[in-house]
Amino acid sequence: MKQYETVIGLEVHVELATKTKIFCGCSTAFGGAENSHTCPVCTGMPGSLPVLNKKVVEYAVAVGLATNCTITQNCKFDRKNYFYPDNPQNYQISQLYLPICRNGGIEIETEEGGKKTVGIHEIHMEEDAGKLVHDEYGENSLVDFNRSGVPLIEIVSEPDMRSAEEVIAYLEKLRLIIQYLGASDCKLQEGSMRADVNLSIREVGTEEFGTRTEMKNLNSFKAIARAIEGERERQIDLLEAGEKVVQETRRWDDAKEYSYAMRSKEDAQDYRYFPEPDLVPVIISDEWLKEIKERQPELRTEKLERYKREFQIPDYDAGIITSNKHLADIFEETTAICNNPKKVSNWLMVETMRLLKEHEMEVEEIKFSPENLAKLIKLTDENQINSSVAKEVFEKIFDEDIDPEQYVEENGLRTVSDDGALRSTIEKVIAENPKSVEDYKSGKKKAIGFLVGQTMKAMQGKADPGMVNKILTELLQ
Amino acid sequence: MANVISDETIEYVGILAKLELSEAEKERAKKDMGEMLDYIDKLNELDTSEVEPMSHVFPVNNVFREDEVTNGDGREKTLANAPARKEDTFEVPKTIV
Repeated sequence: MKQYETVIGLEVHVELATKTKIFCGCSTAFGGAENSHTCPVCTGMPGSLPVLNKKVVEYAVAVGLATNCTITQNCKFDRKNYFYPDNPQNYQISQLYLPICRNGGIEIETEEGGKKTVGIHEIHMEEDAGKLVHDEYGENSLVDFNRSGVPLIEIVSEPDMRSAEEVIAYLEKLRLIIQYLGASDCKLQEGSMRADVNLSIREVGTEEFGTRTEMKNLNSFKAIARAIEGERERQIDLLEAGEKVVQETRRWDDAKEYSYAMRSKEDAQDYRYFPEPDLVPVIISDEWLKEIKERQPELRTEKLERYKREFQIPDYDAGIITSNKHLADIFEETTAICNNPKKVSNWLMVETMRLLKEHEMEVEEIKFSPENLAKLIKLTDENQINSSVAKEVFEKIFDEDIDPEQYVEENGLRTVSDDGALRSTIEKVIAENPKSVEDYKSGKKKAIGFLVGQTMKAMQGKADPGMVNKILTELLQ
Repeated sequence: MANVISDETIEYVGILAKLELSEAEKERAKKDMGEMLDYIDKLNELDTSEVEPMSHVFPVNNVFREDEVTNGDGREKTLANAPARKEDTFEVPKTIV
């Protein structure tokens, strides 16, 4: 069989984190009653006039700057015409001729450990469509327009990726940038980030691109990887059988691991794009651009360097903590309260990661407050609780965000460091375990471990292990 | 008429526009479209290579809204326009996504 190379470009739609829709003052909140977030503008009523949400422009520019794009300082909207029940205007307001950002790119790490730039052809602003669901009990489809008019940016990459791994690396990098900017939460499962995969294959060594297909309905990184493998194989089978790949849109069925043809792709000219007459041009002045640039938050690379410098935490730890905006936020907020970065980092890196894995949770699902983690660290710093009690309390914080001070108080978990109380317990332990005492005295120093254990047990885990050790050693002399 | 619209073209445009035309309507549409294209050809005789395309009739730009919710529950007003309503949704003929 011939050797084939996979050529992949992505169209990534991201729902922006604005409070309102792109052209009207309707809420973008998720989960409202059907059609409750609608008005004449976002349902395409005749005579209604769209007015652009300024925040959409600022988010789009912010993403463009962070992905090394050139900002189109004189940009405008175009009308894309098509008929579908989820699109009440019979057109989508989008950008074809003068998209807001062009010619950018981001660097990804390849499997071989090298670096590679994936080009960004353009980023444009547009509006989302409504949601179409099929009536289980009837013959009809049902439409909810709450999502109609929610602002999107579409990030169109160059066909620079060659494998599923590169695609995932690109998407993860892009997601991290956008999350850091606060421009979107980028949740694939909930659809606030959606990736369409354009894929073609060509014989290794050829310059010319093969015919590409576009795959939709990919709502997890795993589904994207499987879809790429599946589509690559399907196209190779076609070519090997002497058939041709047809340019079309296909819907990936992740359960069946196969893509199905949806419709033959309409050409751009079929959408009869024309300048949107209801919206005026957007001029992004040098001053405005400078303002947005100055407001750009610290991105991952800068944050990572700062953590190492400012908090003296190791490269590896800083890498993990900054790999997720939510985790980095928890780290910074907790550190700001307790001023103990190393301990905060340890709780996040060890116990938090262990519990996430155990509960099969994502970092985004962490719900404990920095205040409570900071209180826990204070309790351990002041030796008010020992480390095993601290772990137990942390699990409670992780699960229910309890107040550790109150919890320790209510459950009597405070470390007993009262010398008299400890001493009498230890004397009792020594009296009850003559064998271990004998072993210790005859030179088996390890036997002390057993006696410490017995003491901790007798104290219900609430003793300070350092003190127990000290008193034991003293009494055994 | 310089521009002749083929049967295939009128068929395809009909599909895009979701229109079903009778034979007589198709013939009339072919003639109308041909005449429109002739007129465009006439406009194209003018050299506009030095002219910036006009994107808006008025010299106005940067009309924005602040990102503040100003609309309340629009459900009833919106659904008053629904040809068919099922609970709080628009009911439309079955559509394959």
